[in-house]
Amino acid sequence: MRRHLRILRLFWATALAAELEYRANFIFAALSSLGNLIGSLFALSLFYRNGYTFSGWSWQEALVVLGIFTTLQGFADTFLAPNLSRIVKHVQQGTLDFILLKPLNSQFWLSTHTLSPWGLPDLFFGIVMIGYAGTQLSLAPQAYLLSAVPLLFGLISLYSLWFMLGATSIWFVKIYNVTEVLRGLLEAGRFPMVAYPTAYRFFFTFVIPVAFLTTIPAEAMLGRSEAGWIIGASLLALGLFLASAWFWQFALRFYTSASS
Amino acid sequence: MRSFWRRARVLSTVYYAYMTEYRAELLLWVLSGVLPFILMGVWMEAAQGGRFGLGPLDFARYFLAAFVARQFSVVWVVWEFEREVVEGRLSPRLLQPMDPAWHHFVSHFAERFARLPFAIILVGFFFVLYPQAIWLPSLSGFLLFCLAVSLAFTMRFIMQYTMAMFAFWTERASAIEEFWFLMYLFLSGLIAPLEIFPQAVRNVIQWTPFPYLINFPASLLVGLPVNVGQGLLVMLAWTGVFFVLNRWLWRQGLKHYSGMGA
Repeated sequence: MRRHLRILRLFWATALAAELEYRANFIFAALSSLGNLIGSLFALSLFYRNGYTFSGWSWQEALVVLGIFTTLQGFADTFLAPNLSRIVKHVQQGTLDFILLKPLNSQFWLSTHTLSPWGLPDLFFGIVMIGYAGTQLSLAPQAYLLSAVPLLFGLISLYSLWFMLGATSIWFVKIYNVTEVLRGLLEAGRFPMVAYPTAYRFFFTFVIPVAFLTTIPAEAMLGRSEAGWIIGASLLALGLFLASAWFWQFALRFYTSASS
Repeated sequence: MRSFWRRARVLSTVYYAYMTEYRAELLLWVLSGVLPFILMGVWMEAAQGGRFGLGPLDFARYFLAAFVARQFSVVWVVWEFEREVVEGRLSPRLLQPMDPAWHHFVSHFAERFARLPFAIILVGFFFVLYPQAIWLPSLSGFLLFCLAVSLAFTMRFIMQYTMAMFAFWTERASAIEEFWFLMYLFLSGLIAPLEIFPQAVRNVIQWTPFPYLINFPASLLVGLPVNVGQGLLVMLAWTGVFFVLNRWLWRQGLKHYSGMGA
């Protein structure tokens, strides 16, 4: 464990140093995040402007969902996307061999090797939005802590799904777009699940678990979640995580490297 | 003139063949444009109360049309061009007796035809799931839609190709495009028909290129009221402005360019 932490620190320090060569990009990233924030608020306001409310979600409560969504976007851009889109490249160019030869779990290496600071503004704005909405709703500090639990499970589920999709490149090689499809579907997390028709709700809960990513953590924060859903989220996270580890080992059996 | 058509034909067939090589990838690209279908769900649910002036069926048709319109205006030239400049692969292209822009333009153009079958299948699938939404656009509406999406594609291509010119000066021209994309995302009518937008916002954005990329063609197809003349003029004007800017930046950029082999 300590060894992994030390490696993680080395990985990230190098990645940060490399990315900081492009400091002007940070301004662009911050501007993009700000634009994204304004746009998201505008999109949400289109619903609320005419006196319509998602049933049972006031404007501030819907803001909590949007805030969690933005935070997740930032998290994905910082930690997931830069690593997992690289699996495809390693398979395509045959450099996966070098990683498999390293005396370190290859899934760990592939999932943590780099990070991109350009997602940080989104993380920041997401947290600000949650904080703002939370203050308006006068939430107690422990409410945030309570929602951190299902949020963590959501993050694990998201990571595992993303990793498994990336791992399919062992068979299909060129699949940058699979993760784009996943990203497209995750957009559904912008709004609480009750905003969708029943068929959509079923799909986004049981097929692509978007509901576990934003709606359920938000409900936990607002103090109206049922224990069943949180237990469900934990089982889902655990199940998907184990599945991803198993799936990676399974996929590797089919890996024929570019050089051998 | 004859050599122009021959070149156009050869380039198109070559790039079409190249695009069909990755059919699975194309299908995934089509699927990654599901955002209109997601928003369709939220808006149909919201329209049940009837507070928005449009019924659930109107929203279903609008977003379906928006999905189709979006399929035509997908452009990725900035990423390709940026790579060519950074890796110096632009150099051999400069030796050809043809502007490199044509390679990009034709590859996008050919991709539309490779993509279309998947989009049509998806639309057919949608109608099977939701037969109430079937409608037949008027002939004039359909023809105008074809004209509008062609113009929208040209405009978006030229706008993004202009952003791509900045690759001569910065290594990450795509960062500029990503900011531009946000405007496209939120102002083009992808998230909601423009009828829903506050009047003040509509008054401003009707002079920007964005609503003409999605909302304008989609409205023509479903028969929502739009000002056709103004729309076409605004599109042509922006295309012209960006075309001039593009050529100027291209010439300045070439002076600056020092890629491999140049």
